[in-house]
Amino acid sequence: MGNEGIGARVLRKEDKRFITGKGRYTDDITERGITHGVFVRSPHAHARITSIDTAKAASMPGVIGIVGGQELIDGGVGNLICGWMIHGKDGSPMKMAAYPAMDPAVVRHVGQPVVLVVAETKAQATDAAGEIEIVYEELPSITQLSKVLEPGAVEVHPETAPGNLICDWQLGDEAATEAAFASAAHVVELELEQNRLVPNAIEPRAAVASYDTGEDHYTLNTTSQNPHVARLVLSAFYNIAPEHKLRVIAPDVGGGFGSKIYIYPEEIVCLFASKKLGVPIKWVAERTESFMSDAHGRDHISKARLALDSDLKFTGLKVDTIANLGAYMSLFSSCVPTYLYATLLSGQYALPNIYANVKLVYSHTVPVDAYRGAGRPEAAFLIERIVEVAARKLGVSPVELRKKNYVRDFPYQTPVLMNYDPSDFITLMDKALAHIDIDGYAARKADSERRGKLRGIGYSSYIEACGIAPSQAVGSLGAGVGLWESAEVRVNPVGTIEVLTGSHSHGQSHETTFAQVVAQRFGLPIENVNIIHGDTDKVQFGMGTYGSRSGPVGLSAISKALDKVEAKAKKLAGHLMEADEKDIVIENGELKVAGTDKKIAWHEMTLGAYTAHNMPEGVEPGLVEKAFFDPINFSFPAGTFICELEVDPGTGVTEIVNFVAVDDFGTIINPMVVEGQVHGGIAQGIGQALLEGCYYDENGQLVTASFMDYCVPRADDLPSFAVDHIEVPTPNNPLGMKGCGEAGAIGAPAAVINALTDALGTEDISMPATPEKVWRAIQATRPAMAAE
Amino acid sequence: MYATNYQRATSLDDAVAKLNAAEDGKFLGGGQTLLATMKQRLAAPSAVVDLTKIPELKGIGVDGGTITIGAATTHAAVAGSKEIAAVLPALTGLAGSIGDPAVRNMGTIGGSLANNDPAADYPAAVMALNATIHTSKGSYSPEEFFTGLFETALDEDEIITKVVFPVPQKAGYEKFRNPASRYALCAVFAALTSDGPRIAVTGSGNEGVFRVSEMESALGSNWSADAVTGVTVSPDQMLSDMHGSAEYRASLVSVLAGRAVKKAG
Repeated sequence: MGNEGIGARVLRKEDKRFITGKGRYTDDITERGITHGVFVRSPHAHARITSIDTAKAASMPGVIGIVGGQELIDGGVGNLICGWMIHGKDGSPMKMAAYPAMDPAVVRHVGQPVVLVVAETKAQATDAAGEIEIVYEELPSITQLSKVLEPGAVEVHPETAPGNLICDWQLGDEAATEAAFASAAHVVELELEQNRLVPNAIEPRAAVASYDTGEDHYTLNTTSQNPHVARLVLSAFYNIAPEHKLRVIAPDVGGGFGSKIYIYPEEIVCLFASKKLGVPIKWVAERTESFMSDAHGRDHISKARLALDSDLKFTGLKVDTIANLGAYMSLFSSCVPTYLYATLLSGQYALPNIYANVKLVYSHTVPVDAYRGAGRPEAAFLIERIVEVAARKLGVSPVELRKKNYVRDFPYQTPVLMNYDPSDFITLMDKALAHIDIDGYAARKADSERRGKLRGIGYSSYIEACGIAPSQAVGSLGAGVGLWESAEVRVNPVGTIEVLTGSHSHGQSHETTFAQVVAQRFGLPIENVNIIHGDTDKVQFGMGTYGSRSGPVGLSAISKALDKVEAKAKKLAGHLMEADEKDIVIENGELKVAGTDKKIAWHEMTLGAYTAHNMPEGVEPGLVEKAFFDPINFSFPAGTFICELEVDPGTGVTEIVNFVAVDDFGTIINPMVVEGQVHGGIAQGIGQALLEGCYYDENGQLVTASFMDYCVPRADDLPSFAVDHIEVPTPNNPLGMKGCGEAGAIGAPAAVINALTDALGTEDISMPATPEKVWRAIQATRPAMAAE
Repeated sequence: MYATNYQRATSLDDAVAKLNAAEDGKFLGGGQTLLATMKQRLAAPSAVVDLTKIPELKGIGVDGGTITIGAATTHAAVAGSKEIAAVLPALTGLAGSIGDPAVRNMGTIGGSLANNDPAADYPAAVMALNATIHTSKGSYSPEEFFTGLFETALDEDEIITKVVFPVPQKAGYEKFRNPASRYALCAVFAALTSDGPRIAVTGSGNEGVFRVSEMESALGSNWSADAVTGVTVSPDQMLSDMHGSAEYRASLVSVLAGRAVKKAG
C-alpha cells in the first residue's frame, strides 16, 4: 500500500477511459431533441451593424430559430463583467466598457458573435448561417499594441475609455526607485515584447444548454475549469436563472490553460436560446472559431531598467508596460498584467526598490486574459532577460550575477507586496548546472563550431505565485471573489471513500493524485477512493482550477476534511475497542490501539458509523466531513531552467539540444504527474519563444486563425527534457505544496531567448524567434555564415 | 461541407462519363486538398468522381532506366517501395516527407501534380528529373505541364494516368518546412540526369516550381555544393508571406541547393 501514497509514481486512474476512448466530453453529451447552434461572427475588426436580415435563413430546412443581440437585451441578459476592480495611480477606477454577449449595434473584433442560428442539424444551421444578411458599415480599427496609445489613435470605446486607456496603474515606490538609479554604478536598459498567444486547448470550447419547462430549470454542460463560478456569474450578472435553478456541469474537459476559466458569450446565448426556442442546443466551436473567440494571452510591450551598485548588487528596477486587453475586458483580465505581474518583478532576487507602471489598453482584438502562467511568465521573462543582458554588458558570468543577488533568507518580503516561501535558489542553480554538464559546455560549443553551427546557453531563474490568497487580501486588491477551496469527504459504510472537490481536472490528474493523498492518510488502496468534481448539483461550491491552485488550495481543503474524518474515526474506533481515542493509530487500513494487539479493520469502523448500534455518547452517526481552506499566503514555486541550443546559420533554424528544469514545488504527490506538467509547460514556453505568433494585419484581420499559420509546438520541435526537483515544503498549507502546473511555461521563454541571443551574439531578438528572424540577425552580424 | 455526390469510377472512360454527367463535378484523387477545401465550404462540387480505384492508374514499375508510377499510387506506397529505393532513394525520401502518415496513406502522386500547389513536393522531383506525365489524352514534359500557381496543362476532363521518371545518376532533395503547416517553404531537388544537371525549386516560386539554370550550368563543370551556394536567385520571382519573405526564400534556395547536391553525393 505504501507505494500508492504521497511521493509514489502511480499510473493515472483516468487514463483507462481516456486511452480506450471512453472519455465523456461536452460534444459526447446529447439528449432527446437536441438541436445545433452555429454563430455568425463579425468578419470586421470594427464596424457598425446597419441591418440584420434573417428572413431567408429562418425559412430554410430544419431551422428552429435565430437569436440576435437585441433579443438578449430585451430578455434582460446582463453584460459580461470583469471580476477584479483595479484603480489607477490617480485613484480612479478602471474604465470598463459595456460587454454585451452579442452587441446588436457595433462589432469590435473579428470573430465577435453577432447572431445564433439553431437548427435540427449542424449542417442545416451552417447553411442557414450563410444566408443571414448582415450589412456592416466598416469603421477604422486599431490592433497594433504599439500604436494604441498614440494621440489620435482610433478609439475602441470612446465614451468609456478615451484614448483606449483602461487604467494607468502602478505598484512600488517610484521616488525610492528613482533614487536608486540616481546613485547606481551601472544601469542596464532593455525593451521587450511579450508576444500574443492563442491558448489552443485540444478540445475546443463547447456547450449543451437545455431548459426544463416543468421545473423551470436550466442545465449547462460546458468546457469549464470552474463550473461553480460559471453558475454564479450566469446567475448574478447575466440573469439567466437563480443559482438553484441552474446546474452547470463540466464533464471531461480536454485542456484549458486558463482559456476555459471565463464565461463567454456563447454559453450565455445558448442558455438564453434554449428557453426562448424550447429546445436543447449544442454548440461546439470549430478550431478557427476558437482562434477568434477564446481569450488570448500575454501581449505586452515593456521598457525595463535595472540599477546595480559597484559590487553588482541589484538596487533598483523600473518597468513601464503597456498591456493589451483586447476589445473587451474579460473576466479576470485586469488582474493579470497588474497583481499577477508586477508583484513578481523581484524575481528570485533581493531587489530593494521596484517601481512598475502598467497601462492597460483596449484594441480591436480578441479579449486577452489569463493563459498558462498569467502575468508571471511576463514578469519572469522581463527580469530574467534584463539580468542576462546585464551580465553580458558588465562582463560577468550570468550564473555568478544571479547567485550574487539571489534571496537567501526566508521568508523574504519584496517591495512589491509578495512575501516569499522558503526555498533554496543556490541549490536549484547548482543542480541545473550539474544536469546540463556545464563543464563540458566549452567542448560542445567548439564541436558545434566545427560543424558550422552556432551554440548558445541561457539561464532562467524564475519564481511565481500560486494559490492566489488569502481571500481577504485579494478582496482588498479588488477581487470580486474569494479564493479558497472546498472539499467533502464521504466515507461509505463499506469503507470506500468519495471526495467531492471544488477543484476541476482538465488534464491535471486529480483523480489520481487526490486519491493518493486520501489513500496515504488511511492506508487504503487508491482504487477505493473516487474523486468527484465538475458538477454544481453534486459538489458544494468551489472555485475551480487555475493558477496552479488545485494542489496548494484544493488538496489542502481535502486534507483539512481528512483531519476531521480521522478524528471521528479514532473516536469511533476507541469506543468500539474500549480504548482512549488518543491511543488509536491508523495504518494499512486498520485502526490499532498503540502498544497492544487490539485492532479493527477500517471497514468495521465505517460500518459501525452507519449501523450506529454502538456510538460514543453524543456522536452523530455517519462519517462525512467538509472543509473550506483559505490559504494565509500565496505559495511560491521557483526553479532554474537552462537551455542549450544550436542554430543553423544557413536557414536560421534553432534546435534545442539540451533543456534542464530543476524546480522547487514543495511537496510532490506524484513525480510522474508533476514531470508531465513540467514537460507540457516547457513545451508551451518553447512555443512562445520560437514558434507561436499571433498576428493581425493592417485591416484588423486575424491572419493566424488556423494551425496552417499558427505554429503550436510539436514533439519534434522539442528535446528530451531533464527534469529534477528539490522539495522545500511551504509552511503555509498542510501538505507543503507550492503548485507546478504553470512553472514550465513561466520559466522557459527567457531560458530559450537567453540561449539564442548568446548563440547569435545579439542583445535581443523578439518572440517568436522564427527561422527568418534568426537568419536576419545572422545576416546583420555574420553574413558569411548565413550563405552556407 | 455542402452535400455532394460521391461516385467511384471503374475506368478512364467511366470517369469522364461520370464527370460530364455531373452538373459541376470534380475528379477526386486522395482528396488531401479537395476534401479539406470542401469541408471549409470553399469548394462545393455537385459530384466527386473517385479515380483511385481505376486499375490502370495503379502500380509501380522499375524497368531498366525508368520508374513508372501509376497516378493513383499513394505517397506511402512510393515511400515504402524497395524497388524505387534501390535506384532513386531521393524519390522515396521525398514521398516519405509529405505531410503525415494519414496524408501519405490517402494522397496520390496524380492528385498532387494535378493540384500543382506551389508548396507541394512532387513537382520538384518531376521537374528536376525531367519526368513525363502521361494522361488520358497524351503526355507532357514538366515544362509543358506546370503552367502557374495551381495551374496545369490539364483539360477539365483530362486524367493523369502515370508518371515516368528516368533514373538519374545522382539525386538529392532538401526541404525546409513551414514550421506551422509543414509544407515546403522552400525545397530543392538536385539531379544529375543524362541531359546534365537539373535543379528544381518548390515552395518558393511565385509561379510555382521552377528551375535555376545558372546553378545547372555551374554544376555542369563542377558537381559540388560550392558550385551552387554562391549562385543567388532574385527575390523578385519568390513568394512572400508571413512565414518567409521573398528575400529569405531566395537565400534558402542557394543554401538548400548546396545541401541537396551534397546529399546527392
